[in-house]
Amino acid sequence: MKYDIILAGVGGQGVLSVAAGIATGAMLQGLQVRQSEVHGMAQRGGAVMSHLRISDTEIPGDLVGEGSADMILSMEPLEALRYLAYLKPDGKLVTASDPFINIPNYPDEELIKSKVDATGAGVVVDAKAIAKESGNLRAANMAMVGAASTFLPVEQKNIEKAIENMFASKGDTIIEQNIKAFRAGRG
Amino acid sequence: MGELVLLGDEALALGAIDAGISSAYGYPGTPSSEIMEYVLKYSETNDGIFASWSSNEKTAYEEALGASFVGRRVLVTMKHVGLNVAADPFMNSALLDIKGGFVIAVADDPGMHSSQGEQDSRYFAAFARTMCFEPRNQQECYEMTREAFEVSERFHIPVMIRLVTRLAHSRAVVNTAPVKPQNPMEKTDNTKGWMLLPALARKNWASLLERQSSFLEYTTASEYNPLTINSDFTEFGVITSGLGKNYYDEAKQELPELPSHLHISAYPVPVDKVRELAENVKKIIVIEEGCTFIEDYLRGYLPQAIEISGKQDGEVPLTGELNPDNIRKSLGLAAKDGHATDMDIPGRPPQLCKGCPHADTYAALNEAREAFDNSIVTSDIGCYSLGALPPHNAIETIICMGASIGTAKGAAEAGFKPVVSVIGDSTFLHSGISPLIDAVSCNTPMTVVILDNGTVAMTGGQTTIMPSSRLKTLIEGIGIEAGHIKTIIPLKKHHAENVEIFKTEMNYQGISVIIALRECLETAKKKKSGGSK
Ligand code: SF4
Repeated sequence: MKYDIILAGVGGQGVLSVAAGIATGAMLQGLQVRQSEVHGMAQRGGAVMSHLRISDTEIPGDLVGEGSADMILSMEPLEALRYLAYLKPDGKLVTASDPFINIPNYPDEELIKSKVDATGAGVVVDAKAIAKESGNLRAANMAMVGAASTFLPVEQKNIEKAIENMFASKGDTIIEQNIKAFRAGRG
Repeated sequence: MGELVLLGDEALALGAIDAGISSAYGYPGTPSSEIMEYVLKYSETNDGIFASWSSNEKTAYEEALGASFVGRRVLVTMKHVGLNVAADPFMNSALLDIKGGFVIAVADDPGMHSSQGEQDSRYFAAFARTMCFEPRNQQECYEMTREAFEVSERFHIPVMIRLVTRLAHSRAVVNTAPVKPQNPMEKTDNTKGWMLLPALARKNWASLLERQSSFLEYTTASEYNPLTINSDFTEFGVITSGLGKNYYDEAKQELPELPSHLHISAYPVPVDKVRELAENVKKIIVIEEGCTFIEDYLRGYLPQAIEISGKQDGEVPLTGELNPDNIRKSLGLAAKDGHATDMDIPGRPPQLCKGCPHADTYAALNEAREAFDNSIVTSDIGCYSLGALPPHNAIETIICMGASIGTAKGAAEAGFKPVVSVIGDSTFLHSGISPLIDAVSCNTPMTVVILDNGTVAMTGGQTTIMPSSRLKTLIEGIGIEAGHIKTIIPLKKHHAENVEIFKTEMNYQGISVIIALRECLETAKKKKSGGSK
């Protein structure tokens, strides 16, 4: 078994914490993981992309090839479209619906939505609403992990354990809010 | 001993710690910064290791040499262009009789994710005639670093570990081995080996040249340069280095036959193994990350019986990173189908954080420039380099660390007025002081703007080597007139007065310095949330 994910978003949106949640869950399940991160200049409010590879056998490389990703998981709809070449014909395009507009030429939101639908692979998640509901706007990322998790070869309990570990230092309320968002994201 | 999930950078750092280093020095630079950060963090809770950032890569390198001189193992870290700054001690240290194991970790940035160039540090190792290891995964980062210390002490040379961005910044599980005790402090008994007086340097140089054959013996025998021959398939063979092997390993499963293969991760290039491979194939495909280092050696200048394919004939791209896709292509495998959209997707370049002090400084500077027919603003390396992009469009040169001041001086002395140089506090302390001293010596009519945000922001908010409070004293000490050292607070509410200060100093026919003082937002946030840095 091998499962390749392209994570997409804008620098500062927490792409790394989404990757960490899934990666830690996979490792708790005894799977091998490779996770490539983005640091430095690219991180400053620009488009960022991270590769996450999960497998039950050795993973040679850090990068996912074109036409090879089982999933694109994006924190934002425009970024979801940017890396489509990586998505397998039968892959999933899981994206948050709320746009992150920090460029003057951000395309029409309806147009983006129609292009996501046109892939036939789209799973659009209102992560913002879920986060609000959970009582913590920052939990939107874990809502996205939740939405992705129904397709991942990682059990729910392992990802929840990973989320607990991630927020352990922030106290019980934050953990609960994030778990709540994660579960709501699973739908 | 145990299993840890580490970045390539962190695995390298832990390898050095477990190899028994006593000290570590470095200057931050993406993608190398997390090496020192790991050692620094470790040293907070473990007394035995001294770790510190330095003013620049040259000082870091020289400080590290001192540790080796007294017999201790030491690690020094920098990014590829940082090695240019440290090139003087680096090149010369190859002639020294290295005592305590000396390892220099250099992180290259193919694809220029966060750099102004794509240079390949393996050339530097060869230029200095020393040895270099090139790991391809986190486990090798750990193991090769340990081995590099052994090799350094065995051959009495500084040894380089070359990383690339993808490895530096990707995480995987690392298995560790027992920790080695530190070397006792013991000064070298061969100080002649540390004095490069011409007469002595000639001897040391001869000795280094003599030892080349033993380096080669080592790399030829090394398990880090594995050669497998498949004599049933002679169409082509493959040489990989670094991450090239990872992509090759994945793609080769689709090849009808497994070609003969040599992977090189310990340099100098193991010549006999290359020859053995060549005897078994009609063509060699070279897959290496960075420049055409191995390929150039293979090609030479004269025609040869064997065909060589790689970056020179365009089968592997000459610039940018290796990736699964371009390696598939070089092996003749078809691209895989993905999805596509007919929508034009606008770029989303990096930009300054919302509310960043630099944005306010640039707004005031841009307005001040309107008062002049023409003006020049040179700039430097850091977050503020993003001032080159819209909406700021505020700067006109970005060359290398510290270059803004010297370049401005040259332009002013060639007759252009007004000239402004914009440089961050950390970059100023790295290598901006010397050109400012030059400018004082000529009372060059120019204005230096020091963006003092109290941190090394771009690389993740490391502490600046000197606190803001002492910056002004330093500048006064160099000899800038007190009346022409101005401090501004880059905030919207001070905009009008800041514009006036810029205009006044740009009109002044001598050297002036404006310090734009306001903390980086990220650093402020970190402090508030109680982060240690
Ligand atoms: S990290 Fe700091 S210096 Fe860099 S853009 Fe953000 S606020 Fe500005």
